[in-house]
Amino acid sequence: MQQSNGMQQEPTISYRKALRQALREVLYADDRAFLMGEDVGRYGGAFAVSKGLLDEFGPERIMDTPLSESGFVGAGIGAAMAGMRPIVEIMTINFSLLAMDQIVNNAATLRHMSGGQVGVPIVIRMGCGIGRQLAAQHSHSWEPLFAHIAGLTVLSVGTLEDARWMLPAAMRSDDPVVILEYTSLLNSEGILDGNVGSVDIRTACVRRHGSDVTLITYGTGVPKCLAAAERLAESGIDAEVLDLRVLRPLDEQSILASVLRTHRAVVVEDAWRTLGVGAEVSARIMEHAFRDLASPVLRVAGVEVPIPYPKHLEDAAVPQVEGIIEAVRKVMS
Amino acid sequence: MVDRFIMDAATAKGLLHQMLRIRRFEDASAEQYSRGNIRGFLHLYSGEEAIAAGVMQALRHDDIILSSYREHGHALARGIAPSVIMAEMFGMADGCCRGRGGSMHLFDVATNFYGGTAIVASHLPMAVGMALAIRKRDEHRIVCCFFGDGAAAEGTFAESLNLAALWSVPVLFVCENNQYAMGTALQYSHAEKDIAQKGRAYGIESVHVDGMDLLAVIDAMRHAEAVVRTARKPMLLVCNTYRFRAHSMFDAELYRSKDEVVQWKRRDPIDVFTTWATGCGLLTEDAVAQIETTVANEITEAVTMASQGDLEPVEDLERHIYATE
Ligand SMILES: Cc1ncc(C[n+]2csc(CCOP(=O)(O)OP(=O)(O)O)c2C)c(N)n1
Ligand SMILES: [Mg+2]
Repeated sequence: MQQSNGMQQEPTISYRKALRQALREVLYADDRAFLMGEDVGRYGGAFAVSKGLLDEFGPERIMDTPLSESGFVGAGIGAAMAGMRPIVEIMTINFSLLAMDQIVNNAATLRHMSGGQVGVPIVIRMGCGIGRQLAAQHSHSWEPLFAHIAGLTVLSVGTLEDARWMLPAAMRSDDPVVILEYTSLLNSEGILDGNVGSVDIRTACVRRHGSDVTLITYGTGVPKCLAAAERLAESGIDAEVLDLRVLRPLDEQSILASVLRTHRAVVVEDAWRTLGVGAEVSARIMEHAFRDLASPVLRVAGVEVPIPYPKHLEDAAVPQVEGIIEAVRKVMS
Repeated sequence: MVDRFIMDAATAKGLLHQMLRIRRFEDASAEQYSRGNIRGFLHLYSGEEAIAAGVMQALRHDDIILSSYREHGHALARGIAPSVIMAEMFGMADGCCRGRGGSMHLFDVATNFYGGTAIVASHLPMAVGMALAIRKRDEHRIVCCFFGDGAAAEGTFAESLNLAALWSVPVLFVCENNQYAMGTALQYSHAEKDIAQKGRAYGIESVHVDGMDLLAVIDAMRHAEAVVRTARKPMLLVCNTYRFRAHSMFDAELYRSKDEVVQWKRRDPIDVFTTWATGCGLLTEDAVAQIETTVANEITEAVTMASQGDLEPVEDLERHIYATE
């Protein structure tokens, strides 16, 4: 199918381009699919992810919307109910709050509330991640909010492969899927394995194997934990890095399998600590693997402050590699 | 019609000074951004100066102002010192928000300047609420709320206009229609392209004004004063204008032509006003040159002061979250 659409696998590809290829693939594959959101068309996407797609697919498939998050997310839900397969882009996760009522009360709820009659096969994508000095209102990490909502599938795109293949998998779901894309990864490049033609959207994934401690994370935590693991290796500590990938439903099995091997865990996320994803992960470890733990599970999470603008304070508010290393040393001692 | 000849030379000088200060401040902001001294999002006001200067000259010191993330011009025209704003954008402790807000979040309670909100249109309901408080307390001041054409598509715009009319509160909504919401031209955001019609639909007196013409803005403000300050009713003022620079520093401007920008620049509000004021003898060329020099010095001083500022200590990270620390 890819050949027939003139898409070739390039040797190296950026995360941004992988996201774009995924969009192109699903738009070619299913004529019920269309993309809508603020500035996705003429502007080329706030982060240039959808650049060129308007020319390729035309304005019926690539729809610029006004600034009306509640309106166009709700309209996406309606279009999904009436037989389309909308992909709705919310420019960044910060603005998802304006659409939260639609996401929670309609997208996530309708199937159950209608006794199974009404499905909402919508994909909602949004740019995420902090650390660009955008100040409090533009530096939210709402992953835990989405992970809290029954009825949603919540995916976090931490790698090139997931950037390329999570969307097609999400489009096969008959229920709402939220895809969290990390803007700090957009320019990262690598080689896509030509033999991989899909990914699952049910399981967590070990990004680095290790035997002493498990670093459990998602999104921008993935590169940070990998960097921490490399540094720890220099001092003889062999850390495993588990990328949750799917924030809802959580892949408890993979979490437990890793912790049962390493007996130690540190959960890392940018989001505020209280009631974050880390709280849920460590509770599950406690419930199911308490006796196998050599040390209490620790969390490295965002400081509970609206993220300030200046670099030194922003850095201090968000987990850094140093802090992760420090936490690992604590659970090792 | 505009009563153009009532203005005296001192007022003309003051207004030109306001507009030039904003223009040069924004030039300096762009430069400091490229040097890495300012980070994050930076939205410049160049081209829209006549609105800030024209609206603000009619406001009293106890009136309340709210704005969006494109608020440097409003903050400067309100009288917040350039050095304090620049320091804020440098992230310094002597900025108006101790460096915590940056470019998009300038707050200064001393001048009743309540931001600097970066979630589009999310300050409109707050403006209504502040005006409601004014009404409940029988005060004589008013609220002035600036926002863009894009903001007028948000639900809070509709909700706020309705509430303001329903409760009859003294709020002046100033829509700065610069023709684009990021890369989306007005016609792709609004089926009813006349934003004033939207206000009328909610029972709010709504007028258009040429936002490139300072005198027209001043004139419109006389009317706004009668409606909002005297009659204590909400009003919507739609100012047609244009931003000369990109939406923010991350904008390749693929959505508009260079020629369109050139056309609008021919109506540069600073040139329009200067030409008029010198033409009718209110300002001499010397006076204009003198203002230019004064402004240049002000801006240089602002940048110098900002770069000599101190950062807040990291230990203070968790301050200012609750009233009791
Ligand atoms: C609720 C929300 N959605 C999206 C954005 C991203 N965004 C910032 S400014 C902007 C355009 C706003 O246009 P307009 O209201 O016309 O103001 P202008 O920037 O032209 O002054 C967009 C889409 C945001 N900040 N808030
Ligand atoms: Mg605009």
